[in-house]
Amino acid sequence: MSVELLNFIETVLNGLMSGVMYSLVALGFVLIFKASGVFNFAQGVFALFAALTLVGYQTGQVPFAHLINELFGTNYHNWYASMPNFLAIILTMVTMIALAWIIERLVLKHLVNQDPIILFMATIGLAFALEGVGDLMWGSDVKVLDVGIPSGGSVWLEEATIGLAAEGSDYYGMYIDVLNVWATVIAVILVITLALFSQYTKTGRALRAVADDHQAALSVGISLRTIWILVWAISGFIAMVAGIMWGTESGVQFSLSLIALKALPVLILGGFTSIPGAIIGGLLIGVGEKLAEIYIGGYFETGALENWFAYVMALVFLLFRPQGLFGDKIIERV
Amino acid sequence: MRIKQLLIGITASVIAISSYVEIAIADLKFPMLVYRTGAYAPNGIPNADGFVDYYKMINARDGGIGGEKIFHPECETGYKTQVGVECYEKNKKDAMVFQPMSTGITYQLIPKATADGVTVYSTGYGRTSAANGKVFKWIFNAPVTYWDGASIAVRHILKNNFGNIKGKKIALVYHNSAYGKEPIRTLQTLSKKHGFKLMLLPVDHPGQEQKATWLKIRKARPDNVLMWGWGVMNQVAVKSAASIKFPMDKFIGIWWSGSENDVLPAGQGAHGYKSLTFNAPGDSYQVHKDIKKYVHDKGEASGDGSHFGTVLYNRGLFQAMVQVEAAVVAQKIHGTSKITPAMYRDGMEAVNLSAKRMEELGFKDFAPPFKNTCENHGGSGLAAVQQWDAKAKKWNMITEYMYGDSDVVQKLIAEDSSKYAAEQKIAERCN
Repeated sequence: MSVELLNFIETVLNGLMSGVMYSLVALGFVLIFKASGVFNFAQGVFALFAALTLVGYQTGQVPFAHLINELFGTNYHNWYASMPNFLAIILTMVTMIALAWIIERLVLKHLVNQDPIILFMATIGLAFALEGVGDLMWGSDVKVLDVGIPSGGSVWLEEATIGLAAEGSDYYGMYIDVLNVWATVIAVILVITLALFSQYTKTGRALRAVADDHQAALSVGISLRTIWILVWAISGFIAMVAGIMWGTESGVQFSLSLIALKALPVLILGGFTSIPGAIIGGLLIGVGEKLAEIYIGGYFETGALENWFAYVMALVFLLFRPQGLFGDKIIERV
Repeated sequence: MRIKQLLIGITASVIAISSYVEIAIADLKFPMLVYRTGAYAPNGIPNADGFVDYYKMINARDGGIGGEKIFHPECETGYKTQVGVECYEKNKKDAMVFQPMSTGITYQLIPKATADGVTVYSTGYGRTSAANGKVFKWIFNAPVTYWDGASIAVRHILKNNFGNIKGKKIALVYHNSAYGKEPIRTLQTLSKKHGFKLMLLPVDHPGQEQKATWLKIRKARPDNVLMWGWGVMNQVAVKSAASIKFPMDKFIGIWWSGSENDVLPAGQGAHGYKSLTFNAPGDSYQVHKDIKKYVHDKGEASGDGSHFGTVLYNRGLFQAMVQVEAAVVAQKIHGTSKITPAMYRDGMEAVNLSAKRMEELGFKDFAPPFKNTCENHGGSGLAAVQQWDAKAKKWNMITEYMYGDSDVVQKLIAEDSSKYAAEQKIAERCN
């Protein structure tokens, strides 16, 4: 095989892997949008908050330590040296469920039957508020997140592919980050679990019923509020998974909340209401932006296509299929 | 009517009290443009803490500067240029000096501050050609500029290649902003001079995703990678370089890409990564002892005190020290402790931080000596290379402080500043 072809395959593979990372964020958006019609702008901050909380529990950080010390003149920072990963993850999940409950109580409950734009604006407010709370609780430092997921280039793949190039060519194997492979495996498990949950459990069916028609679901006795708490808790869990993956890659820091911006083009491509759409959309965006950066980036003096090419793809897609690949068809009745 | 009068009375009282409080403590105003929130907070916080702790120490230990207390109001910019300009406008009255902590903000403030008669000090960042004091009367960027930095990095590479880098490939991974683009011109000139190929790889804000950039590097296999990064871009770049197994000792960041934050997330993978620096790391200097005694031990530390002695905290100390020293010099020149912004500028232009003076200030061997003059606002142009030891989790200085290619840099500064002077119709001074 020619080195160019191998490089192309490598770019596509890496694009797919990056796409999975975007999909992890997009999944949370889709779940909430399906169940409540709310476009949750705070999903990126959810991921940040979950990752901050996880590291906080892992390292025994005292929440709001800075505030407490300032108010009471104390000097508390840590209450224990470390916590096992498993326990920290469980506690983070509990925190995210509690957060979902608080959001339902303080925000959503008061905005039932409001226009979607009002709910959207509320989530913008929620994003900033949660970012501020996260800062107060855990501080703004870069935090190292390690839950035992390996990262770095795959030596196995490099060695397995080095012989694929024509003899004598200057090629030293294909590159894939092991962390991204793990993200893919976790995303697959997540999607399968979600599908099984919504298909074969009573709660899952109730969730689908609410997603299909709020009024009809209410009329058969499904509690909208319980479902909303559940959906926000599940999306909090997904945010935690996304936060772990992204946080492992770059350290946990406040720029993590900006990953939500990467999910927008994914949603436009895949559709706001489709879980498979979030996955396929992510993969397309991932591959598209990597190919664009590597193969046409050089023609742009300013470069850095990787960050904005996804939006170009989304815009083009909007022109031809505004509901996305798998989104519900938009039917306007006159 | 009564309520209206009451409200007016309360408002007037609040204004009067707040003005009084400001006057009482605001003899010398050093406004701080900080970013303690947002994507760049991990860099902004330790730096701002260094500033605040130093000012607090001067107020506590010396009773201020020449008896005048330092007032240092903070304005949060979030590293956003537009917000930075608003902060400047809000705080410029009676301000001695602005430290924008962003090249983008610095570029915007240059014409404004020049018109307003306010000193801008961009320590080792900002517009490089502002080093030409003949044109940029109010702007200072000592002790070293980005163009010095670019040429010092190339000089280090030259040294490691026995003086010959002809045909070698050097990649620049840069923050796609005014800051990141600053060294390009110098590197292009140096590429012609030394015959190396330059590969430019911009990374958009914030730099969370750089996979394609590092795939390009893996394919092109440059001999060295230079980085002008900030915030999360640094951490992702160091981690990505480790992931593609790029030799870390051939990866050199500018001094804003060489803090503990930048390398810790990559763990052992960051071992050997290099960066330039113009100040030493560590917390064993006299200034640290004084800060501990007069600030931290009294429970007055800025933040939680956890950044004490880190690279960016120490840089904040250095920046604050130069700013305070400028006020000391201004007081001496003008024979009054109550200096005006114009007097402060004179002080900044006459700052002479010799080794002896640095020792007096508690900064012995902390940074190379430098002095500003009417012509030169860019300082000594000296920087060293430090290397990260991932096992010990510390930076080690591996070279002496060295000069860049002054022939190239000075020529470029002269060209760029002349162009600016012509555009702005500024007559050169210092003749």
